[in-house]
Amino acid sequence: MNEQPNLIYLNKLSDGDETIKNKLLLILKEEFVQEIETYKINVINNNLISAAENVHKIRHKIGFLGMEKAYDLSNQYEHNLRNNSNELKNEFEIILEVINEFVLKIEFL
Amino acid sequence: MKCIIIDDEKLAREVLSLSVLKSSHLILKGAFDNAIDAIKYLNEENDIDLIFLDIHMPNFSGFDFIKTIKNPPQIILVTTDKNFAIEAFNYDCVTDYLAKPIQQERFDRAIERVKINNVSSVVKRPNDNDVGTKDIYINIDKRLIKIDIFTIKFIHANGDYVLINTENQNYIVHTTLKKMELKLPKSCFVKTHRSYLININKIIDIQDNSVLIGKQLIPISKGNKTNLFESLNLL
Repeated sequence: MNEQPNLIYLNKLSDGDETIKNKLLLILKEEFVQEIETYKINVINNNLISAAENVHKIRHKIGFLGMEKAYDLSNQYEHNLRNNSNELKNEFEIILEVINEFVLKIEFL
Repeated sequence: MKCIIIDDEKLAREVLSLSVLKSSHLILKGAFDNAIDAIKYLNEENDIDLIFLDIHMPNFSGFDFIKTIKNPPQIILVTTDKNFAIEAFNYDCVTDYLAKPIQQERFDRAIERVKINNVSSVVKRPNDNDVGTKDIYINIDKRLIKIDIFTIKFIHANGDYVLINTENQNYIVHTTLKKMELKLPKSCFVKTHRSYLININKIIDIQDNSVLIGKQLIPISKGNKTNLFESLNLL
């Protein structure tokens, strides 16, 4: 996964206003961490439909961070989960790692 | 216009709130993380003009919400799932559909649509059948195809079907001329014949008992002649 998160969308949305940017980034971080946690629990428990719901929410954040390829892949993965398959699980979780690293640095932006 | 937001995702609510704040036409009256709270709010506040509604919410979806509320205001659906687009337009109250993450330009276009619909409903006369929207969706082979109303030149009825002739192409739809007439603004669309409904803005000329639109000569029947001439800006 070479694609990296970026803040192009956020910068455009906030018109460069640092307060707005920080507020949205903090919400993103807060929700993302929570959603990953829930997702992992659902995967461990083989609760694939609930995991699909988590992926659905995470997908918005992937789009928010401008990761177009990752967005498409997560869309497919969500679809797979709804069809009781965990194909693309590894690929999706690599995306989560990449975003997680990015999100952990957010407070230092 | 007073609006509310319903979305279980905080980030989505914040992004939408920001877009609403940027619009001089909108006043945000509330943001809800679930549809039930929004229903309670709407039971007390009945002056909401617009709802931004997430389709994909746990327990009670956006579509459940639409089915539940009486006299819904205009609704803009918001979701990451583009597959819901076709179902969305089964509901008359749904004005537009925004995909997350929402782009400001697209948001602004959606608000323009809401404004157009609002104006039409204000000026609507009791017997006016104008739909107050610039697009019409037609069903062909289980696909809903959007046609810009103002690109339609004329519609020709043929048995159980109508042929819709637009600037770009022809469409054959299983419906009646009467139904089409009810869906189109009567300030633009006039019947010239029992089998023809024309867009008067596309007329090139009128001679004897026919009207020329593009290269097509369309008949004018005696019974519809007066109605047609009353619709024209005659010197």
